[in-house]
Amino acid sequence: MDLELSDEQRLLADSLKAFVDSELMPFEAVTDRAGEVSPELGRQIVDKALALGFYAANLPESVGGGGLDNASLAIMERELGKVTHALHGYVWRPTELLLACEGDQIERYLTPCIRGEKTECFAVTEPGAGSDILSMSTRATQKGGDWIVNGSKHFISSHVLPDFAIVFAVTGEDETDRGPRKRITAFLVDRGQQGFDIQRGPRSVSQRAYPTYVLSFNDCRLGAGQVLGCEGQGLELADKWIKMGRVWVGANCCGRAERLLELSVDWAATRKQFGQSIGRFQGTSFKLADMVTELQAADLLVMHAARKADAGTMVPADAAMAKLYASEMLQRVADNAVQIFGGMGLMEEMPIERLWRDSRLDRIWEGTSEIQRHIISRHVLRQRDG
Amino acid sequence: MSFGQSIIFNEIQGVSHQMKILVPIKRVIDANIKVRVKSDQSGVELNNVKMAMNPFCEIAVEAALRLREAGEAEEVIVVCAGPANGKETLRTALAMGADRAIHIESEDSPEPLAVAKLLKAVVEREKPGLVILGKQAIDGDNNQTGQMLSALLNWSLGTFISRLSVEDGAFHVTREVDGGLENLKLSGPAVVTVDLRLNEPRYASLPNIMKAKKKPMEELTAAALDVDITPRLTVLKVEAPASRSAGVRVHDAAELVDKLKNEAKVI
Repeated sequence: MDLELSDEQRLLADSLKAFVDSELMPFEAVTDRAGEVSPELGRQIVDKALALGFYAANLPESVGGGGLDNASLAIMERELGKVTHALHGYVWRPTELLLACEGDQIERYLTPCIRGEKTECFAVTEPGAGSDILSMSTRATQKGGDWIVNGSKHFISSHVLPDFAIVFAVTGEDETDRGPRKRITAFLVDRGQQGFDIQRGPRSVSQRAYPTYVLSFNDCRLGAGQVLGCEGQGLELADKWIKMGRVWVGANCCGRAERLLELSVDWAATRKQFGQSIGRFQGTSFKLADMVTELQAADLLVMHAARKADAGTMVPADAAMAKLYASEMLQRVADNAVQIFGGMGLMEEMPIERLWRDSRLDRIWEGTSEIQRHIISRHVLRQRDG
Repeated sequence: MSFGQSIIFNEIQGVSHQMKILVPIKRVIDANIKVRVKSDQSGVELNNVKMAMNPFCEIAVEAALRLREAGEAEEVIVVCAGPANGKETLRTALAMGADRAIHIESEDSPEPLAVAKLLKAVVEREKPGLVILGKQAIDGDNNQTGQMLSALLNWSLGTFISRLSVEDGAFHVTREVDGGLENLKLSGPAVVTVDLRLNEPRYASLPNIMKAKKKPMEELTAAALDVDITPRLTVLKVEAPASRSAGVRVHDAAELVDKLKNEAKVI
């Protein structure tokens, strides 16, 4: 990695690398195979991350977070991204949406999340509303001073069974120049609340130990104090989170690609066939050249977006380009790694097959590659009124 | 114990909680990197190679921090002699929790005796009660600096330690020696060199990383310390170890004994 890091960023990367290597990596294969992380192991990671100040490093110091800027967070996501989400999730960065907490919401939701006492999940996606968020059908209607929520959410991923969900629901419709548009509001819903059910969802081929949940709302009654931010402002809130989320996926992809590259270089340099190391065959060496070049390009795109975010000049296309390129780079790097390792690349004894399986998810979540290309193309076409 | 030593002993006991600890550290090629010899055989390749703090020095820093946290010392000072990028390694020690740093800049990495002389000069300025060093650096593997420093200072010395505590104003150490473990009580001030099993160095925490930049880093030179660091050794040639040929599989114990007797001639 050659990203012109500051002293602090280099120290952060070194310390996180040591932490990931010793505290997370040893548990990766066994937890992935088991399909879950034990609560004891999860707690152990949370406690260590809290003690080191890595937990909630994304939130401002004024609320008890680590106060990292976006460039430093990108470095953090890159190092943590080397290991599975199931494990790195426990070094949790609570969603920035919680900064919208007001009044007693701060003590009930924001502060416990920063202290590692509660964990939230972010519930937007529905069976009928994936990339097309506005097609969501979960509704909240006002009754007396309360809100009654009905509907369901799925693919709600969280490293741990969440204590509460930030649920997005339709609360009305606005007339706009381009026709009617749904009003979407964010609600804080506690697990255990009557009318709210949370179940583990289907298992995925990618990130096997990182659960997804299905959330169901059946006349779930919420007080007015459970609205996060303002009524009708849910999408604006979500947008803040989604925007950087794409950059973080890009950073995670770079971390995993670096791991695949290192494994591949070691293998190519030591595995001998026909009397020489396979790295001496052009078929292998040119793959390595492409892998390292594309990783460098993705790293630069991710850091470019993060540094622009710090300068306040990042546009959605910057985050989209970082996410699109890094996730597709990771897929190519993972595929090349399998090819360089040959049969061993597919065996569960090596981490290659897991990284290859996991890489498939990164082209889908936080906006599919198609959505990213849409955002990027609109960004250039709009400048010509296209 | 002689009367003279007992006086030193009492002085240290009286000031132990205000004791400074000096930790000299070295910047070396990262332990995970495969070292390559330069094509002109003048040394090993350092360009574009990941560097890190010598692992034994990390253990030394950790030992000093633990003594400070236990209330046995007041300040941990880290010092590094060598090229300018040694400051980066000092920052790592500051991020682990050391209080301040001293960098003695020189064009090349000085030889062990020169380092020991520089450290003696720093000890005379800083007056630490304890100097903790790694037992050796993983680049030169010289295993000399700590011993030379103790001789120059005429201080107590405990090498290869795997246990360190301060009890009744003396340093109690366990040394890892060929025959097993040796327990020593050192009267202060003392020089100790640490072995692998003394502790597991901590990760730099985020708050300490952020604080590291604001911690003082003093810049010195050999000339300012009035120490001559002119090399006394000339490196004639550096070579990679000869590669070993593959072993032979024997079918049974009898064949093994036969080979040991008649081919290797070791039994």
